[in-house]
Amino acid sequence: MADKEIELEFKDVWKQFSNSKTPTLAGMSFRVEKESIHVLLGHSGAGKSVTLKHILGLVTPDQGQIMVKGQDLGALGDVQITNLRKNFGMLFQNSALFDGLNIFDNVAFPLREHRKEMNDEELGRRVEDLLESVELRNVIQKMPAELSGGMRKRVGLARAIALGPSLLLFDEPTTGLDPETARVIDDLIVSTTRRLKATSLIISHDIHASLRIADFVSMIWEGRIIETASPTDFVKSQNPVIRQFLQSAGVIEAPSTGKL
Amino acid sequence: MLKRIRSLGRFSLFVWNSLLWLFRRPLRWRLITDEMLFIGNESLFIVSLAAFFTGAVFAYQSWLAFVTVGTDSMVGATVSLALVREMAPVMAGLVVTGRAGAAMAAQIGNMRVTEQIDALEVMGISPLQYLVSPKLVAGTICLPLLTAIFGMVGNIGGYVVGVWICGVDEGIYISKLKYFMDPWDFYHGLIKAAFFGFLLTAIGCYQGYRAKNGAEGVGKAVNGAVVDAFIVILILDYFLSILVPTGVRVQ
Repeated sequence: MADKEIELEFKDVWKQFSNSKTPTLAGMSFRVEKESIHVLLGHSGAGKSVTLKHILGLVTPDQGQIMVKGQDLGALGDVQITNLRKNFGMLFQNSALFDGLNIFDNVAFPLREHRKEMNDEELGRRVEDLLESVELRNVIQKMPAELSGGMRKRVGLARAIALGPSLLLFDEPTTGLDPETARVIDDLIVSTTRRLKATSLIISHDIHASLRIADFVSMIWEGRIIETASPTDFVKSQNPVIRQFLQSAGVIEAPSTGKL
Repeated sequence: MLKRIRSLGRFSLFVWNSLLWLFRRPLRWRLITDEMLFIGNESLFIVSLAAFFTGAVFAYQSWLAFVTVGTDSMVGATVSLALVREMAPVMAGLVVTGRAGAAMAAQIGNMRVTEQIDALEVMGISPLQYLVSPKLVAGTICLPLLTAIFGMVGNIGGYVVGVWICGVDEGIYISKLKYFMDPWDFYHGLIKAAFFGFLLTAIGCYQGYRAKNGAEGVGKAVNGAVVDAFIVILILDYFLSILVPTGVRVQ
């Protein structure tokens, strides 16, 4: 992993919120390789979403450094962070579509904001292409509330990739979806990442999907990374926390107690 | 106490940053006009309705008091002065808070708890610039306009009740009104309204922006926006009444 270009890096990041007795992030360190799919795996409350918020610059660390595309987030001002975020695409847990806008306007939103040179015809074509790329048709005039959870996720993905981002972030992308739809979304994440030659960081607690789609899996435990490995090596890990996580998800068998 | 000071500091910072974003590119004229339509145009009917009956009831109560001492000719001037200096900015402020301030808190609060504000940030769009700054401008411009309309319609209500129902002489009603009124009374109300418009918008946006914990949090934000704005308008009205010149003081 050391030889490849690094898109994102956490260096000993600490964060404790005023209403919490223990730090949410306690020395979080990991690297995400360029053009890879990297999954941050962990239980609820392990610090996954807080990690994501740090990357987005929505939360600042108490200590440590976060490097995105070689830039130290802590050294950037409001305007610079806003500009850096134009390279990000994010799919939120609940899609976060603008509920007052129809599907066309939702997907067109980042284009209207940042591609002002596009005329209406080009914009229309681009939105249709984006929706096509996530296998959605005939929904342009619908409102977000009229779509199923899986369809909203796909619209969210289309909007996230509208500007051709180099870093894609996914917050629990398949939570609340049926297994079949979740698989479709997982496949879309992989195909989109490869097609755009982007880097994807996925926050998840779905071990099965993570092992299927990730190039690297990092396990968060009590606010820090306890192991980063390829899926193949991850399931062979001897770390007791990871083994227990894998056992509880049925990925590996629980050791025999010796009793009949 | 410390919590209140901290909260005031956060609010001030929020307003300051929103104002800074107002002058950064891209300038969002379209959003400002959209907000003006929402705050101003869509409040017109309810403000006019409130104004007519405020003027009417005030004229009636004034007439009841004045007629006992034979000074019912003062009804027009009293109604008009009270309306343009005090009642129009305060009542318009309260009505717009109930309608638009609450709606702003609900809209931004809902966007906050459903991560739509985070989505804006991730797209490299400042939510302060996109959601808050246009509302601040629109509120500051629209409330004085609504106040002017409130004053005008309120005076019509006062005239209808004073002249047509209570029987005050039309010529005396108008001449006393003209004699006692000064343009500075009108400006006094408009200046106050600009402050109220700015603050009720800032409070509504701030409460929504800080909403958390789902629908319950949005409800609290709306409640906070209305209660805080009501209190701020009433307290600030007293101090602005002292500080801003009126017709009498200018003369």
